[in-house]
Amino acid sequence: MEHASGQQHPIGLYLKVWGLLFVLSTLSYLVDYFHLQGLLRWFLIVAFMLLKAGLIVSVFMHLRWERLALVYAILIPPLCLLVLVGLMQAEANYTFSTRGVFFGHEAAVVNHVKPK
Amino acid sequence: MAQRKSSPPEPPLTSAAGWQGVVVDWSGDREAFKVPWGKAMMWVFLLSDTFIFGGFLTGYMTVRISTTVPWPNPSEVFALTIGGTAVPLILIAIMTFILISSSGTMAMAVNFAYRRERVKCAALMLATAALGACFVGLQAFEWTHLIVEEGVRPWSNPLGAPQFGSTFFMITGFHGLHVSAGVIYLATVALKVLGGRYEKSGNYQIVEIAGLYWHFVDLVWVFIFAFFYLW
Repeated sequence: MEHASGQQHPIGLYLKVWGLLFVLSTLSYLVDYFHLQGLLRWFLIVAFMLLKAGLIVSVFMHLRWERLALVYAILIPPLCLLVLVGLMQAEANYTFSTRGVFFGHEAAVVNHVKPK
Repeated sequence: MAQRKSSPPEPPLTSAAGWQGVVVDWSGDREAFKVPWGKAMMWVFLLSDTFIFGGFLTGYMTVRISTTVPWPNPSEVFALTIGGTAVPLILIAIMTFILISSSGTMAMAVNFAYRRERVKCAALMLATAALGACFVGLQAFEWTHLIVEEGVRPWSNPLGAPQFGSTFFMITGFHGLHVSAGVIYLATVALKVLGGRYEKSGNYQIVEIAGLYWHFVDLVWVFIFAFFYLW
């Protein structure tokens, strides 16, 4: 009946996850603080973000104790967003290149779009 | 769900593990999600909200890639001057820690609700709501700073790309609205819990369901923090 009536887990687990989230947030803040750039920056940002999201969803939102039928129904549909991201990235790069062609020089572009 | 009508005799609930369990749960003319309906509905709502924020963040990515004007550096835009030195992005870091703390107190509130310690539960929920209100307050401070001192508008931006203004106000505004709604939601449920509204039935699922909403708001902030402020 434990499972049907509600999710109950030791407080200590929540405190540990809470601490971990603090550490991960601090680490991702330090990425910015120490001005890491390029691939390393992006990799670290995304890694810390996914770890935090995973902890929140699995422990705080109790998804790791739910039945797989519910877990799959929740986690699989958002993957469609990755397709959208892929499409929009291609589209945005194309827009950027056509803007370059249309506006000509970079300096002219800046003058054109910059607010007065 | 003891009160559910059992008109069609349900097959025995075998707890098959792995993907066979998924097939068993989904197959036949039966209930697919063996959780209280309120929880299932909250998850459906959160899933739809995921697509809203996913769409916003994708739109932000699109305009940021395609703009030919330099993007303002969030690290400098959101810096605070503390003791004469500008600390980069510190305001956002503080907001992040506040929201994470509120998630922690919420998780413990759910725990106390199921132990039927309603005073502790309500106190923790009210603490969660207070931290949420703090977060919204800091956000109002941040918006004021950007609008009044920096002159950022949804349609223009003296710091660089005008899309910075539009996406910033849209994404953080929508998230702030979610936090504000959550504060009201949590305060309402907390007061009901405190008043003993759920004592008779002993059913404290509403606390867990409200908690799901709150953790989701925190979850969205994790993505906004990474993509908008750190990227």
